[in-house]
Amino acid sequence: MKLLNVSGSPHVHSDESTKKIMWRVNLALVPSLIVAIAFFGLNALLISIVSVGSCILFQWLIEKFLLKTESTISDGSAVVTGLLLAFNVPATREMILLVIIAALVAIGIGKMSFGGLGKNPFNPALVGRVFMLISFPVQMTTWPKPGQNLFSMVSQPTTDLTTGPTPLGMFKENGVQAVGDIWGYFVGHIGGSLGEVSALAILIGAIYLLCRRVISWHIPVSFIGTAFIFSGILWLCDKTAFMDPLTTILTGGIMLGACFMATDMVTSPMTKSGQLIFGFGCGLLTIIIRNWGNYPEGVSFAILLMNAVTPLINRWCKPKRFAN
Amino acid sequence: MKTFAMGGVHPEENKISTAAVIEEFPLPKTAVILMNQHLGAPATPCVAKGDKVKVGQLIGKAEAFMCANVHSPFSGTVAKVETCKDAFGLTKPAIYITVEGDEWEESIDRTPDIKRECSLEPKEIVDKLKEMGVVGLGGATFPTHIKYSIAPDKKAEYLIINAVECEPYLTSDHRVMMEHAEEICIGVSILRKALGVPNAYIGIENNKPEPIAVMKAMAAKFEGIIVEPLKVKYPQGAEKQLINAITGRRVPSGKLPIDVGCVVSNVGTAYAVYEAIQKNKPLIENILTVTGKKLQAQHNYHVRFGTTYNDIIAHAMGTLPETTGKVISGGPMMGKAVSNLDGPTTKGASSVLVIDESEATRATESNCIRCGKCMNACPMGLEPYLFSSLVKNRRIEEAGAHNILDCIECGCCFFSCPANKPLLDEIRLGKNLYRGILMAKKK
Repeated sequence: MKLLNVSGSPHVHSDESTKKIMWRVNLALVPSLIVAIAFFGLNALLISIVSVGSCILFQWLIEKFLLKTESTISDGSAVVTGLLLAFNVPATREMILLVIIAALVAIGIGKMSFGGLGKNPFNPALVGRVFMLISFPVQMTTWPKPGQNLFSMVSQPTTDLTTGPTPLGMFKENGVQAVGDIWGYFVGHIGGSLGEVSALAILIGAIYLLCRRVISWHIPVSFIGTAFIFSGILWLCDKTAFMDPLTTILTGGIMLGACFMATDMVTSPMTKSGQLIFGFGCGLLTIIIRNWGNYPEGVSFAILLMNAVTPLINRWCKPKRFAN
Repeated sequence: MKTFAMGGVHPEENKISTAAVIEEFPLPKTAVILMNQHLGAPATPCVAKGDKVKVGQLIGKAEAFMCANVHSPFSGTVAKVETCKDAFGLTKPAIYITVEGDEWEESIDRTPDIKRECSLEPKEIVDKLKEMGVVGLGGATFPTHIKYSIAPDKKAEYLIINAVECEPYLTSDHRVMMEHAEEICIGVSILRKALGVPNAYIGIENNKPEPIAVMKAMAAKFEGIIVEPLKVKYPQGAEKQLINAITGRRVPSGKLPIDVGCVVSNVGTAYAVYEAIQKNKPLIENILTVTGKKLQAQHNYHVRFGTTYNDIIAHAMGTLPETTGKVISGGPMMGKAVSNLDGPTTKGASSVLVIDESEATRATESNCIRCGKCMNACPMGLEPYLFSSLVKNRRIEEAGAHNILDCIECGCCFFSCPANKPLLDEIRLGKNLYRGILMAKKK
């Protein structure tokens, strides 16, 4: 006689899986990738391919030879890390090779050393980016201007390129008069890292993720909202020393960070109230670092710092109990 | 449209047997009657080997407080009084009966006439329910006479009839409402009288428009019966969630529905109450849905307790389909997987659900990605992911401090987990260990 399966209830499962969630995130990153390639040309494409490829390769190698466990590369999380990493570096020729180091740090130290997906306390892509920012400050802050000839960018070393500073860099150097037009920032005609130039493309991806319930609105709204309000207060206090709030949220990594990096489920709080606190902390720290720190941009540091307090937030912010 | 306050999921409904009219299930040749088919202590056998029994004769007497009488569903000879492995592999006291003919006790009214008047006083109703061995048919098999004996310091304000049937696949409540609406309403009126409450509310999920229409039309002819359509959401049929959906009240942690003035009974129980009080028929049979995606025909049967699962399978489908992975007694969310098909059905059984291999195997577990889906799905507002890791590390008292005992084991957490973690398995283990700790502390 045939044997029957026996197990505890429930006997059915929703069709939700980690794999589906991760591939949805990848899909949501596609609009930003297309914009990056359109604005920065072949470099952007090559950086993305090398970054994703090396993330997958390093994860596979570590799982096969160091951890000796079953490979998990098909879950798509290495692709997410690879794409986000590529989105966080300038589209220069040097980066095509340097991003391999970033991938090793992100996957090796940021993720696998803690036990792989789900166990990492910090967002792996940000670990990789911050490592690069500290180790290669020059290369990481040399920004090509978007919209140049595709081929000239590949064939010439960076020193020959017309490089343009980012709005945040200009602001750090020259103050308020350096700020350009807001519509340009929104669609993406600005210098900056690969994935952060077009707020529009990021928002399209974020709306997709919201609709598929991969992320909830709490972190992006409280992150961007806090940054907007806090920088607005500063701007109203002194319009010559501080950047206006709309430019603040459209430039640099706030949009990319708030929609794709701070919302990483592994490293952000689980309750809605916790997520609001997390977003608030990210927004506040970003503006503080931008205005009073050494770096022109503070999104990466802000998110990493908030990642560190996430276990504490999870401890404080409990869900509302039914029977209470 | 009303529903409960938080959490919940919406599994695929798969109500494929709604059109199958209730059929009488043929009598088996032999039957095994368990002595504990209810929550509480087993009944004491009051027949011996070789005794002749009739349908409806008392064969197991309730002697403990938390217990219910057991009556013979068959006529014939007692083959032995011994123990038996039930459908889930547990050994239980049982009476084996060799079925001969179908001779009923004379006191039972077997005519199809509907008896509408009931002159019994509340106390008499409760006593008669006790005599007839009526228990809750929603799954928990709580003895009905105990539920309706309200302690003097408590007061019932609402009678709620659970016709939600939120479990996928199950259609027995659907069918009984379609075919026995008047009997149900009489049963509800009797229960209302027993409690002395002004109104009874029948909660039905909105995916059953036909039963809602039938019950509304019938309830209009009765005093104080209100049909309440509810938004489709699992686990609405859970007692605490149903009370919340209908009255807005919440049963506090560790308390009973009566503490918020509510008494909840299943619609099947209301039908059994009608038969017990008006027709003198003890609880000897139940309506079972026999269903599965791969089955040729879907059925709803009147099955007498003691019929084995093998008997039901043989009659309903011959043999199990080639690709069967699991047989479940109850719904796919809270039902129990049958391990012994020779085991008998009991008062608590509501279905024989045949699940295909493709759905019967759990997917490989991976790391928790802290997505919070389990927490958002939990209708009790708990943190299943946290229990899982606390229980794994045997930090049971911490799990207790996070109210692990509030868990109603609805399975929403495991159902929605993208990492396929067996959250409910771990929570069940944690609850048992924590109860053990509490008991040891009491001593």
